[in-house]
Amino acid sequence: MACVPGPVQSIERAAAILRLLARGSGRLGVSEIAASLGLARATAHGILRTLQGVGFVEQDEETGKYQLGAALLHLGTSYLDVNELRSRAINWADALAARSGEAVRIGTPLDGRVLVVHHVFRPDDTLQALEVGALLPAHATALGKVLLAFDAGAAAALQETGLEPFCRRTITQHRELGRALAEIREMGWASEVEEFTVGEAAVAAPIRGQGGLVVGAMGISGAIERLCDPRGRPKPTLVTYVRDAARAVSRDLGASRW
Amino acid sequence: MMVERYVMSIDQGTTSTRCILFDHGGRLVSVTQREHKQHFPRPGWVEHDAMEIWRNLERIAPEALEHAGATPDQVAALGIANQRETSVLWDRHTGRPVGRAVVWQDTRTDSLVSELNARPDADMVRERCGLPIATYFSASRVRWLLDNTPGLRERAERGDVLFGTMESWLIWNLTGGPGGGLHITDVTNASRTLLMNLTTLAWDDDLLAFFGVPRAMLPEIRPSTETYARASRVLPGVRIAAALGDQQAALFGQTCFAPGEAKCTYGTGSFLLLNTGTEPVRSTHGLLTTVGYQIADEPAVYALEGSIAITGALVQWFRDGLGLIASAPEIETLARTVEDNGGCYIVPAFSGLFAPYWRSEARGIIVGLTSYITKGHLARAVLEATGWQTREVVDAMNADSGLALKALKVDGGMTADNLLMQFISDVLDVPVIRPMAAETVSLGAAYAAGLAVGYWADLEGLRRNWHRAAQWLPGMDPVRRDTEYDNWRRAVERTFDWIKPGGR
Ligand SMILES: Nc1ncnc2c1ncn2[C@@H]1O[C@H](COP(=O)(O)OP(=O)(O)OP(=O)(O)O)[C@@H](O)[C@H]1O
Ligand SMILES: [Mg+2]
Repeated sequence: MACVPGPVQSIERAAAILRLLARGSGRLGVSEIAASLGLARATAHGILRTLQGVGFVEQDEETGKYQLGAALLHLGTSYLDVNELRSRAINWADALAARSGEAVRIGTPLDGRVLVVHHVFRPDDTLQALEVGALLPAHATALGKVLLAFDAGAAAALQETGLEPFCRRTITQHRELGRALAEIREMGWASEVEEFTVGEAAVAAPIRGQGGLVVGAMGISGAIERLCDPRGRPKPTLVTYVRDAARAVSRDLGASRW
Repeated sequence: MMVERYVMSIDQGTTSTRCILFDHGGRLVSVTQREHKQHFPRPGWVEHDAMEIWRNLERIAPEALEHAGATPDQVAALGIANQRETSVLWDRHTGRPVGRAVVWQDTRTDSLVSELNARPDADMVRERCGLPIATYFSASRVRWLLDNTPGLRERAERGDVLFGTMESWLIWNLTGGPGGGLHITDVTNASRTLLMNLTTLAWDDDLLAFFGVPRAMLPEIRPSTETYARASRVLPGVRIAAALGDQQAALFGQTCFAPGEAKCTYGTGSFLLLNTGTEPVRSTHGLLTTVGYQIADEPAVYALEGSIAITGALVQWFRDGLGLIASAPEIETLARTVEDNGGCYIVPAFSGLFAPYWRSEARGIIVGLTSYITKGHLARAVLEATGWQTREVVDAMNADSGLALKALKVDGGMTADNLLMQFISDVLDVPVIRPMAAETVSLGAAYAAGLAVGYWADLEGLRRNWHRAAQWLPGMDPVRRDTEYDNWRRAVERTFDWIKPGGR
């Protein structure tokens, strides 16, 4: 039988620090915090630094004292501003478009759909229009399926609605979608082959922030003959480009393990 | 022998230093970056710690290699782009900077500049070097340091104290520092000092005398692309093969190699540069004449420049000075909470106004405030300030060249802002185009270095790497555009003459 681990001590201590800061006037120094909780100064400092890294506490530059961070007040809303996500991803999105020769888009979840927050044209200098701000269906696109696969809440919310068919190959059954999402979690990337637009395919991978939280999806899309092999499967080199680019952005955002 | 797979660029900017590895397709392979501290010891003063910047480079360059799993022998060449005009003086024997570097935005020399401008031979300066006498450029700053640091002039005259812009400082350190460091600059950086003759591309004795800067402290002027030396520190053995001012590097990275081609880079400030070919063109509308680049021993290529001091820095101030946003890109989120500027305009004349006005005594204002104005409107006004300032330098460029700009090529950190890019297209009434390399400054430095060592064959090959990544098309009602522009210009007029002569 697997052993059930007990409570994680450092998390308990972190919670105590947050409670302490929430309680009084708000601003406390490391020594005060350490003394209040009976912790070694170094221990308290280590926890505070971590909490500061995730934005749950802030340190006053002049006094060095700590207080609750703004991020705690906005826990429910998205922690990464979409415009900031674009800024942080723009270099890697460009490099992905240049390597793959395809258009790149970055999507974030918005009310059960995918909001396109960044778009890089296919590098062939043909006339293309900027699609930033467009909304895409989550179940019928690679970007959307990535976002659903790594957000159990969003996937569950979709259960309540019908899955609109766009093409012959659109996933319209919830059970089938569930299987597809499990597979995406397993592989770490998603594909879309004529599920939203006839003749078009796409590949996408998750962008992760601190702690591995998925904050967006990044991928390429284009003509099926270019993206897929003759058997209709995405070309492995393109999949690698997409995953590497998404990983590079994740690393810049502070996701250490991916 | 390892195959040389990458070219490395270092972009020593106003706010941070970046190191990027590019592959043969000009595609980014790895990037590392570190910010340095901005020191504001008094109103109008802006300083950097040159030692901190050097240490940042020591750290990020090996990191960039590590991220790519590369070793120095896989790097074909290193190209350096740098914030221009920022002046460092250092001791040749110890390698220690003399005080902090004085940054291009610093206005401490404003009264010295008015004095110099009042001299009967002041017109000679612009004729020889293509620049107006302003706080922006290096010479008046060097003069100020020599005048205000006891004993410094003597040390400088003996050649014990060296002057350089950031590329000089970094190259000197990379090539051994006090142990035989190479003291050089490139033509583009030298063209920003007020001390270089634009035609001969050499230090000009009359200009040196005018500003009272001893020749012994100046670096040797070299072409922008040429293998200067191999690094002996940090990147041992790597050829240092290019140096350009960041804006000229961006011109190169945008592959504006033909006369008539132009770009605008949106960073801390914004800079519109137009390639004018191998003859310097004098502006009659407040633009600068500057060197665009010089490839090895080929004739130099000149540019007309519209310099805007404060664009991204206004966003930065909104974030750090006012604390209204947590990160620069959030300015767009905040601006989108409202439909328009609500009648509010911000003119960020923090360092006076650069092109096309060149008013050192102007200071920033916010006008049109009413109880109706929210932080959303202010955020709009922040972004719009960048749009209108662009419009002013484009108008000047059109007037100087006699041609109307048909599209604007853009790059830099602010191009991630869609609302801003749309606004620029709207107020210029031309398409705005971003190429597939937002870090065009770095790409240009890499291109120049790669070209010098034969990693890339020719300019045409580089041109083929240029692709359109995004495009914004104008869609503003012309009547509204005109009214708004008029409001902006009235706001600008209200910034003039704020600093009174001789006092603050
Ligand atoms: N999304 C955005 N909207 C508006 N401004 C932005 C955005 N992202 C970044 N900026 C601004 O752009 C600037 C950063 O751009 P960039 O990185 O090109 O400048 P930089 O290279 O640091 O400038 P420099 O070379 O002068 O140091 C900052 O001033 C920042 O405030
Ligand atoms: Mg820069």
